[in-house]
Formats: sequence, structure tokens, C-alpha cells
Amino acid sequence: MSDDHHPIPPSPIERRVVALEELLTERGYVPEGFIEAFNRGYENDIGPMNGAKVVARAWSDPEYKKRLLEDGTRAIAEFGFGGPEGHYMVVVENTPQVHNVVVCTLCSCYPWPVLGLPPRWYKDAPYRARMVREPRALLKEMGCDLADDVDIRVWDSSAEARYLVLPERPNGTDGLSEEELTALVTRDSMIGVARL
Amino acid sequence: MDGIHDLGGKQGFGPVEVEQDEPVFHEDWERTARGLTFATVAQVPNSSTSKFRHAIERMAPAHYLDSSYYEHWITAAATLAIEAGLVTSEDLQDRAGGPFPLSGPDQPGEVGVPPAHAARFKLGDQVRVRNFHPPGHTRCPGYIRGKLGVVTRLDGEWSIPDVAAHTPDRVTEATYSVRFGADELWSDGQRGASVNVDLWDSYLEPA
Repeated sequence: MSDDHHPIPPSPIERRVVALEELLTERGYVPEGFIEAFNRGYENDIGPMNGAKVVARAWSDPEYKKRLLEDGTRAIAEFGFGGPEGHYMVVVENTPQVHNVVVCTLCSCYPWPVLGLPPRWYKDAPYRARMVREPRALLKEMGCDLADDVDIRVWDSSAEARYLVLPERPNGTDGLSEEELTALVTRDSMIGVARL
Repeated sequence: MDGIHDLGGKQGFGPVEVEQDEPVFHEDWERTARGLTFATVAQVPNSSTSKFRHAIERMAPAHYLDSSYYEHWITAAATLAIEAGLVTSEDLQDRAGGPFPLSGPDQPGEVGVPPAHAARFKLGDQVRVRNFHPPGHTRCPGYIRGKLGVVTRLDGEWSIPDVAAHTPDRVTEATYSVRFGADELWSDGQRGASVNVDLWDSYLEPA
């Protein structure tokens, strides 16, 4: 095509971001390297694999599980996980009778140190609007079909607590090591929109 | 404020669209927007997470619903930068070569929070959420106002967002997790479901 040599023009939102970045940088408000440094980690080192380690240890070590449910922040810090959006962690445990699921209806609060940055659906209007009103129907729609007698506890993280769901340990995993268990834990199971 | 951000229970949004193998950032500008927003917020006087959240809440409802998470961030960051005198809206429009939609004006009005006081509730207490409608920032969602719940966890004392969003003051008070039965919240509430909402003492009254 004849226009192959022309780069795609920046979109309106790209132009706005560049405008703010340039103006604030020129005026000395954005320290050199700040933006890069700020995001470093979240694309590689901080993500659901952190939460999975916490969950696998709780499955493997009853003493750890007890500490985790009593003081999530401190027990999670045993792995060195903490920081922004993780300064007050509450861990809620799934059982055969109770299913927990996390939402933030007012914005998109999410436990960054253990789950990384949230997926788009968690931040979008449908999930935030519907999970507090029709959790059973929405969970089913998302592939998490719970028996009618399972109680659903929705946690709207409207204040300081950030929640991590402790999923039930899957059947048939008795012989697995903590490391092997870690590989079974999914992000969605720790938000509470899936069971393992 | 009773803004469009207060989405709990709103109807008509349709299915949750889950993207498989979603990247952390979908486009480069999102990565820039995230870091740039934090850099900007750090330059704003009396900065707080509450002030930043409220700048998002002040977006025009149609713009809020029609834009992504990081567009919310950059809109709030630009608005706070202008309000702090770091840039002007003309600067931004000139540099962007087009419109730069911003959030609406800050209207703190009545903060709606009494002076600091001792924790009034304990585990198991029944409480009713105040039916209040402050024009400024609050972390009390609309869908629980006036509803009855039970205190299920004591969370210690934290800075009241309604104050921190609008003033240099940092007033702390007791915060609780309060459980509401789905049938208390919705006439079509789903059986066997409850919603826990974390609330500051000032949002509640004894029931």
C-alpha cells in the first residue's frame, strides 16, 4: 500500500499523555527516569505468582495458614511482599460452604503486591456494578457455578483493607510439593471469580 | 458525591468481558500515564490518594464511562496539575493539538464528617449507614446508605478520606468491615449472599 511509509498518527489520548508529560518534564516536575522506575517490577516481578506462593504455603503449612488468616499483612510480608496497595492485607478463606469474591465498586482497589495490576475487566463498569448485586449469576456467567447452598461473601474494598481470597486446595493434590502447588493457583481464584 | 464512579448495583452494563492472556499494559501510553500520574500527584499541595480519587470522580459521567482506567488517571492528573498551577488548560490543548477534556470543578461543600471521636462500635454491633449525600469525596457507596448491617471486623484507625480529599487535615477514626445481607440491599437480592463494605465510623449510626 502506498501509505506504508507513513507512521500511524498518534491517537487523541496518546497526544494528551505526551502533552502532559512534555510540559511537566520541561518544567522540572517529573524527575528523570521516574516513569520507568515507577512501573518497573509490575510487568515482570510483581504479579499473581506472588499470591500463588502465599496460597501454596497456606495449603502446605497449617501454622502459616493460621498466621495468614489472623494477620494477612504480616504473614505475606514473610515472603517480602508488601508496599503500595498492600499495607493492610486481609485474607478470606473459601470452604465447601463459603465462597469469597472481591470487588471495588468505587474505583479499582486491588492488592498489587500479591496480584500485580488488575485486569481490565476488574476495572470496568460491568464487574463493579454487578458483583455486589447479582454475585451468584455473575460468577456463573464467568464460569464459576456454585451450588445453591454455598454462601457467597462479596468484599467491596471501599476503605484500607485489600483482600486476597484463599482458595480451597484442589482434591488429589496430597502428594504435591509447595512449589508444585504454586503452579495450580490462578489469579482468578485469588480474586474469587474461579474455583480450582 | 453521587457520581457515576459509584457503580455498585447499577444495571444495564451487560457481560463482563474477560480478555485471555491480557498484557499488563495494552498500549505504551498506558505505561506512561501510570507513572506520569504518580509524578504529578506527588507535586500537588496537600496531596492524598483521596484527592486523586476525587479528581477522577469529578469527570463528566459520559467521559468516565466511555474511557479506560488510564484515561481516568491522566484526566485526573491533568486536572490536578492545572488546579495546582503547574500548567494551564491552554498549555495542554496547544501541546496536544486538540481538546483535552478535564474533570469538573472541586466542590467540597459540607464534608459531612463530625470531629474525631472514639470508636463507637464493636464486633457484632448492628449499625445503620447514614443517609448522607456530601457534594465532595466520600468512600461510602450509595447502595448501602440507610441500610442495616453488622460489624464483622475492626480495622483500627485510618485517615478519613472525606477530609483528606479537600483539606490539609488528616483526621483518623475507627474503620470497620460491615456485613449486609443481599436481601437488605436489594429487593431482588440473591439468596445466600452478603456484601461486606469497609466503612469509617462517621458513616454509621447505631441501630
